[in-house]
Amino acid sequence: MDFRQDEEHKELQEMYRDFAENEVKPLAAEIDKTERFPQETVDKMAEMGLMGIPFPEEYGGAGMDNLSYAQCVEELSKVCASTGVIVSAHTSLCATPIYLFGTEEQKQKYLVPLARGEKIGAFGLTEPGAGTDASGQKTTAVLEGDHYVLNGSKVFITNAGPAEIYIVMAMTDKEKGNHGISSFIVEKGFPGFSVGKHEDKMGIRASSTCELVFENCIVPKENLLGEEGKGFKIAMMTLDGGRIGIASQALGIAQGAINETVEYVKTRVQFGKRLSQFQNTQFELADMQATVDAARLLVYRAACAKDNHEPYSHLAAMAKLVASEAASDVTRRCLQLFGGYGYTKDYPMERMMRDAKITEIYEGTSEVQKMVIASWMGVK
Amino acid sequence: MNMLVCVKQVPDTTEIKIDPVKNTLIREGVPSILNPFDGYALEAAARIKDKNPDSTITVISMGPEQAKAVLKEALAIAADKAYLVSSREFGGSDTLCTSYILSEAIKEIEKKDGKFDIIFCGKQAIDGDTAQVGPEIAEHLDYPQVTYGLEASVEDRLVKVKKETEDGAVIVGIQTPCVLTFTKPSFDPRYPTIKRKMAANRANIPVLAFTDLPDINPEKIGLKHSPTHVKKTFVPQKKTGGIKIQEETAEDSVKKLFAMLSDAHVL
Repeated sequence: MDFRQDEEHKELQEMYRDFAENEVKPLAAEIDKTERFPQETVDKMAEMGLMGIPFPEEYGGAGMDNLSYAQCVEELSKVCASTGVIVSAHTSLCATPIYLFGTEEQKQKYLVPLARGEKIGAFGLTEPGAGTDASGQKTTAVLEGDHYVLNGSKVFITNAGPAEIYIVMAMTDKEKGNHGISSFIVEKGFPGFSVGKHEDKMGIRASSTCELVFENCIVPKENLLGEEGKGFKIAMMTLDGGRIGIASQALGIAQGAINETVEYVKTRVQFGKRLSQFQNTQFELADMQATVDAARLLVYRAACAKDNHEPYSHLAAMAKLVASEAASDVTRRCLQLFGGYGYTKDYPMERMMRDAKITEIYEGTSEVQKMVIASWMGVK
Repeated sequence: MNMLVCVKQVPDTTEIKIDPVKNTLIREGVPSILNPFDGYALEAAARIKDKNPDSTITVISMGPEQAKAVLKEALAIAADKAYLVSSREFGGSDTLCTSYILSEAIKEIEKKDGKFDIIFCGKQAIDGDTAQVGPEIAEHLDYPQVTYGLEASVEDRLVKVKKETEDGAVIVGIQTPCVLTFTKPSFDPRYPTIKRKMAANRANIPVLAFTDLPDINPEKIGLKHSPTHVKKTFVPQKKTGGIKIQEETAEDSVKKLFAMLSDAHVL
């Protein structure tokens, strides 16, 4: 067992950190306030190869692995959780299923521009009546000659709007339940497809979250991803990987909050002493850092297991459960150390606290993670 | 275009703290970085390569083995090849000796890689702040030079350099081969890409030592032959920023000044 990071990952992580500090952090407060999708940041990330880290070079990727991808999302999220989830949803939820289940033609047509960051990707599973219970899909897809006709809607879709490529789940055979769900690659311009209501959210406000509407949407037959009826399995396997991305985002938010707080307590003076000199401050920060480091080991373990093609579903669930709860807990406690200033928008702490909450909800709530872990433990 | 960029590894001066008792620089734990002005020079070369893709960018640095880190950084950003000039005999060289050694190393590299059309340097290093090495390389090689460059472009064999002046900028045309030094432009240098970064990590950087430079004059290198002698180093007194009073009328300005002086109990 070796917990040391190799030089390659370390240097790339420093590169991500440098980019995040210089290019992402200065925008974070503004794009949160105005709910603006940071397209200019995405363009810069595309140039550097950050939009396709774990994919082979032949498909436009950077040829790195899931550990490096997780570290990239972590570094971005330390300074801006919105930017972190833009990369995470794009990579894990859209590009990855095409890489894993797509035909060679689909990979050339869709994965290449996604991995190069020329196009942004999104993933549509959740519906108004099918959240945690994803099997209750109401969106339908009917095969008519050389195309499918999709009808229905999806909600809370990350990257919807700016995204040009969407992975969409729909029922092709209602009788078969989960086994009647299929997945499709839908382009922004397909007839009958539109982006609906934009959600006004508590946090990650610069990440675009919208409804997807399908009204007799025409999807060519060759855009079926995987086999008919395998959509639910594809969705679940996709979410297993996505959880590593969200766990990394949560880890980044938590570490980012600690980093900001460490700097603050060294300068803030009360009762004639710096806050950092009070034992309460020291114990609080020490306790939080230990928790965040524990979460980091879980996140990196899950990413390494995926890279080694080992079963990682339960590992990703543990990483997401622990990291997201750490993010919520740590941001709340860090804000407390900032006191009244932390409650204002002059400091990033209130934003971090708002951003943290979603990590316990999306890509499987904490409760879903516990279901996955308990099932792996054989507790039924 | 065959281009060479001279780079230096420097301590990150924004991270340097001053020992309040001894009034000296605390160098321990200060990270080493690519001299920012050399980064601007590299970006200027990269922009020429963007328009002339068959160009080659070589980077060179003189320093200890650790200086390979900045050469790798330059490879990750834009350079195609890198050389480290390193030898015990070069130790303690001042700017004159350093520029002489670099000019000899450049001639040696040119024997293998062909003549360089443009040699790029940062205007100065942020540690020594002398701004001498670039211009001295030009003199040792007997090349024309333009200093304080902001950006450069190439048309046929003519290099056009936008040069910063006291009151703006001028565009200067210069024939190759030439030496250009660069200051901070309005744009930021590019970031490395993941692919370039990984390739740079694996790159093998050749070292040119004293024995690899057969034409070098040993009487012109090292501490012993450096005409510069450092008599004393000290931390300059910190100037605190003044306050500018500029109200709409002179009368208002006087009133404000009076109020401030009165508040400060000067009056």
